Amino acid sequence: MSGEGEGEGAATGWRARLKSGLAKSSAAVAGAINDIFVKRPLDAASIKDLEDALIAADLGVDAARRLSQGVAKTAFDKDPDPADIRAFLAANIAEILDPVAMPFVPDDTCKPHVVLVCGVNGTGKTTTIGKLASQFQAEGRSVMLAAADTFRAAATEQLQIWGERTGCEVIAAAPGADAAGLAFEALQRARAQNIDLLLIDTAGRLQNKSDMMNELKKIMRVLAKQDAAAPHSVLLILDATTGQNAHSQVQVFAEMVQVTGLIVTKLDGSSKGGVLVSLAERFGLPVHAIGVGEQIGDLSPFAAADFANSLLDVDA
Amino acid sequence: MFDGLSAKLGEVFDRLKRRGALSEADVSEAMNEVRVALLEADVALPVVSDFIAAVQEKAVGHEVLNSVTPGQMVVKVVHDHLVEMLGPDDAPVNLDAAPPVPILMVGLQGSGKTTTAGKLALRLIQRERKKVLLAGLDVQRPAAQEQLRILGEQAGATTLQPVIGEQPLGIAKRALDVARREGFDVVILDTAGRLVIDAELMSEVAQVRAAVNPAETLLVTDAMAGQDAVNVAKEFNEKVGVTGIVLTRVDGDARGGAALSMRAVTGVPIKLMGVGEKLEALENFQAERVAGRMLGMGDIVGLVERAADTVDKEEAEKAARRALKGQFNLEDLGNQLKQIRGMGDIGGLLGMLPGVGKMKKQMQAANVDDKTIAHQQAIISSMTPKERRNPKILNARRRKRIAAGSGTSVPEVNRLLKQHQQMSTMMKKMGKMGKKGQMPGAMPGMPNMPGQLPPGRG
Ligand SMILES: Nc1nc2c(ncn2[C@@H]2O[C@H](COP(=O)(O)OP(=O)(O)OP(=O)(O)O)[C@@H](O)[C@H]2O)c(=O)[nH]1
Ligand SMILES: Nc1nc2c(ncn2[C@@H]2O[C@H](COP(=O)(O)OP(=O)(O)O)[C@@H](O)[C@H]2O)c(=O)[nH]1
Ligand SMILES: [Mg+2]
Ligand SMILES: [Mg+2]
Repeated sequence: MSGEGEGEGAATGWRARLKSGLAKSSAAVAGAINDIFVKRPLDAASIKDLEDALIAADLGVDAARRLSQGVAKTAFDKDPDPADIRAFLAANIAEILDPVAMPFVPDDTCKPHVVLVCGVNGTGKTTTIGKLASQFQAEGRSVMLAAADTFRAAATEQLQIWGERTGCEVIAAAPGADAAGLAFEALQRARAQNIDLLLIDTAGRLQNKSDMMNELKKIMRVLAKQDAAAPHSVLLILDATTGQNAHSQVQVFAEMVQVTGLIVTKLDGSSKGGVLVSLAERFGLPVHAIGVGEQIGDLSPFAAADFANSLLDVDA
Repeated sequence: MFDGLSAKLGEVFDRLKRRGALSEADVSEAMNEVRVALLEADVALPVVSDFIAAVQEKAVGHEVLNSVTPGQMVVKVVHDHLVEMLGPDDAPVNLDAAPPVPILMVGLQGSGKTTTAGKLALRLIQRERKKVLLAGLDVQRPAAQEQLRILGEQAGATTLQPVIGEQPLGIAKRALDVARREGFDVVILDTAGRLVIDAELMSEVAQVRAAVNPAETLLVTDAMAGQDAVNVAKEFNEKVGVTGIVLTRVDGDARGGAALSMRAVTGVPIKLMGVGEKLEALENFQAERVAGRMLGMGDIVGLVERAADTVDKEEAEKAARRALKGQFNLEDLGNQLKQIRGMGDIGGLLGMLPGVGKMKKQMQAANVDDKTIAHQQAIISSMTPKERRNPKILNARRRKRIAAGSGTSVPEVNRLLKQHQQMSTMMKKMGKMGKKGQMPGAMPGMPNMPGQLPPGRG
């Protein structure tokens, strides 16, 4: 995801996809802002409407309020050009997001660099692992996958298909097997084979289920038994369609398993992941990448300005 | 993230000590809080605006009953209107067609379609003795067909054998042919997840619908969905046609505002809700339950049900009766702690309790967590039965012994005893209070139920 391994074609591919996805979805908030300011002056009422438009993009009440107050306090014309307002907001959002935009770079001195991938159900964990595996292999690293979702029906088969697509070995166990045991075994095998990167897929779990969160902690503990620094990264996968519950997800996962970074999926859809703005403000966790489709190449680095510009339909 | 709406409105109305009918000004201020609460719960903006307008009209001029505060009154009006808009509760899954009856599952990626297909199969097999065929039209997601096959096997349904290379429309037609030939009552068609902006895939599923003419087209959506849910529901309804909504992951701690958005924009009923990953975890939609949660009043029904699952009812009722008389001893507390732990995570439970926003903070501040409770359990189990029934005999020497036996410290033992003392006083008070009339519906009061949480330590 450092981007080195990507061909030119792939890069334009995802940019186009991201843009087309975000463009369609951004029409809503950008259009709303245009409607607000096209015939109306900048006053208390229009600022309130601006706040609403931002809320409708999942920014949350607090962040929407702060950003629209920022507009109110800035010396715009009395009859501002909506495009100027959008550009101003995009710049503000980019500023908030910029510190968290950090590519995921494996530490090649760790053999292997162990990545635990977690999140609530259906967010795109397994798919993202497939995409990550493909990227890192293309960069010349050896990658192994561990199917530690031993719970959901056909979860192992799903990961195995990603293993075939990427040519990575998949360590798997029978359904219902102990997830921590599987993870332990996978790390053993990866160490024996001098693998660069071990990606561990886990079952989706809702953050309010303590038994399942404890299972995740157990996986962490058994990994640390072999390598005190493992897992080196804990990635939380968030679905861009999620609303304010994303806060609860990040809070609990971060507390329970020391999340090191986020990946936001399904940004090719009509949801724009606006909640990311307040997540960045509140938690400051790195955002490594975004998912922009179901195919193997549909993962792109997270770029703050691109994200903000697409959100508000601003041409960079 | 926000304290219960009732607490917020309480603050608004604390400032106005007046009584009598609700004035327009009172209501407007309250509506600001309601608006924020609904937005924070992910109800879509246009839906919130309509909702507020309707509630405002209902609330202005409403006589405030003597027994309640104006804030409670507004909460009740809001809650009742919310229940009305979310409902009805009893919309059945329509099987009213000549068998084999097709049911089509649609929705975004990862929303829970396949799992819900399996759950629905189980329900129809067990409750209605139907012969069910499952057909996987998802040729996109790796191992999607295998997932459905496994779930079908668990449910006791037959799953249509996949044919390599066959496309969704072809699979759907073959499924109906097979079902006709082999005498199936119901055919559940599970489709691939799709984005509403993907015109090609939207028209693909529209074609499937046109070809099989399902008795139900169920839009499966996630209770954690954000503001865009309204758009998703609208698009699926316009482009494909939807007859019912299934809300999944209601077992999570999301406020579930998307449900209101989708219900409002499509006009179709929410028929079912998913409350877990297991196949049994499918329930009829309950508007009260979702409404309470959306307003931050907690999911009292969910809490009671979880309690009922883990709690010995008779034992609990006995304890509750004793508690209300002020005869709540350490044995009862020990049982409660066991039950609380059995129900799962404290944070999750707290989220389900009504008006608990403030209490949650206090408990967090007081560090009440699963570990504390485990310690408390250990302390109680290190006591003799006599000590548990009569904590008064716990002198310094006994306390020291208990601390040693439970691997805790004397201050911890003291804290627990003090806490028990406070609880039993509080419960006695509640017992007295409970006899006075309480407002029904909106404010489910503190239930006389086990699993009542102990106050924080210290
Ligand atoms: N459009 C789109 N779909 C995605 C993206 N990432 C994942 N998906 C789809 O979302 C669905 C769920 O993805 P999975 O990778 O199975 O999600 P998961 O988190 O592993 O799910 P569980 O293991 O069931 O909790 C699949 O249909 C994926 O194809 C994305 O970036 N965009
Ligand atoms: N906790 C919980 N998980 C659910 C529920 N319904 C589905 N899931 C999980 O959500 C994930 C995605 O479900 P799936 O049926 O594969 O979604 P699909 O992509 O729409 O077919 C799986 O991990 C399921 O176990 C529910 O009601 N509660
Ligand atoms: Mg998975
Ligand atoms: Mg599916």
